[in-house]
Amino acid sequence: MTTAQTKTHAIDISALNRDDRSLSEKPETCIKVENLNLFYGQKQALHNVNMEMPRKKVTAYIGPSGCGKSTLLRCINRMNDLVDGVSIRGKILLDGEDIYDKSVNVAALRRRVGMVFQKPNPFPKTIYENVAYGLRIQGINDRHILDEVVEKSLRGAALWDEVKNRLNDNALGMSGGQQQRLVIARAIAIEPEVILLDEPASALDPISTLKIEELINELKEKYTIVIVTHNMQQAARVSDYTAFMYMGELIEFGETSELFTNPVKKQTEDYITGRYG
Amino acid sequence: MDNSKIKQHISRQFNEEMEDIRNKVLSMGGLVEQQVDLATKAFMGYDMENAEKVVQQDHQVNEMEKDIDHECTEIMAKRQPAAFDLRMLIATIKIITDLERIGDEAARIAKMTMRLEGADYYQDKYYEIEHLLNLVKDMLNGALDAYARNDVEEVIAITEQDAKVDREYTSITRQLITQMMENPRNITRALDMLWAARALERIGDHACNVCEQVIYMVKGKDVRHMSREELERTVNAVR
Repeated sequence: MTTAQTKTHAIDISALNRDDRSLSEKPETCIKVENLNLFYGQKQALHNVNMEMPRKKVTAYIGPSGCGKSTLLRCINRMNDLVDGVSIRGKILLDGEDIYDKSVNVAALRRRVGMVFQKPNPFPKTIYENVAYGLRIQGINDRHILDEVVEKSLRGAALWDEVKNRLNDNALGMSGGQQQRLVIARAIAIEPEVILLDEPASALDPISTLKIEELINELKEKYTIVIVTHNMQQAARVSDYTAFMYMGELIEFGETSELFTNPVKKQTEDYITGRYG
Repeated sequence: MDNSKIKQHISRQFNEEMEDIRNKVLSMGGLVEQQVDLATKAFMGYDMENAEKVVQQDHQVNEMEKDIDHECTEIMAKRQPAAFDLRMLIATIKIITDLERIGDEAARIAKMTMRLEGADYYQDKYYEIEHLLNLVKDMLNGALDAYARNDVEEVIAITEQDAKVDREYTSITRQLITQMMENPRNITRALDMLWAARALERIGDHACNVCEQVIYMVKGKDVRHMSREELERTVNAVR
């Protein structure tokens, strides 16, 4: 061996000197909630909520049962329109456009804002047809396009390798965790901008939960994600921003790393550390 | 802010575990305080019996450090603490490292005292460091008190006292150099004294580290490697 080969290379420390402040600059807003108030009949469920959810980041809503976090989530694709006696005041802007404007086509909105629920709800069809469903109702039946989208979506939902040999099996024969990822594949097949997840892992075992969390981390490269979870550690693990809600009010909203180590509000601290509020 | 912060968890067992850790840190701190006092006084007065005792206590301090570390790890694994709870555990793990080092410094003074037995060069006792001892004891006591009460009010005064300690150490050094120059037969004694003063000065630094961790625990701000002015500003910043 020559001396030249044994000579150690100088360690590159340029990364240490690089100014990383640009990373913490305020990210672009995708969804903006302005003075949102929501009533179920006489009962007010959301009190003047204001927040800005950044694009291609994961925002988590935490808070005790009945604090309004699911209600707020469902406002983002107007799921609450289906509930009797709901009245909503205020605005939700998606890319700057008010989704509660009269001109908005709700079906088109829901194509842009997909949703996944607590319990996996695949259709009683084959795995393939579940994923292709959204395209078929848009009138796309070209086998090549469908094949391509189904594979891409299943890969996107980290499910392809597990199901590629049984695409024509009934989806109801899959495990709960697989079904949940199938539902996510179905949601991303129509290429939404935003994915809403309402406690997506609460009915799953720990390993399936971790797979969903891992998937969320991958999905945020392409989509803006909003997740409601009862599991605070899950919020801490998967989200970039966390909103703490209590009795219909947004108490604190900020970067997850800050909120879980050094929350500003006492109510937030009491909740995340399991104290009497 | 008061101790009830630890006691308000919905899980009573969690309360008890956190309370237990705090109590153990305080008894470890108490033991270390005693070591410092005993060791320095033994050194000043050639008290071999107490010097021996300090060396013995050091094993106890080491065991306590391991025990508290283990308990903190266990709570983190079991309860995924957040916010104040998390900061308290992290701060505790660091604080007990400093306490253990303080114990080591005390043991160093004690061992040096034991070597003095039978030495023929002492006629004068080593009283020059008494003032230094009192300053350092004050700091350590204040730091543990701040930890016990989750209170950063007094912490700035403690870090300011460290400047006094440094000045006292410098002045002792200067005094000893003069003595050595006057008469080379003083050198052995002066060196003993220098080592002891050095150990006390280090203990002051460790007490400051404890204070920094208490600030992190209570305020959530990392104040290590800050100038005194910056530190003061951070502590006083209202949240």
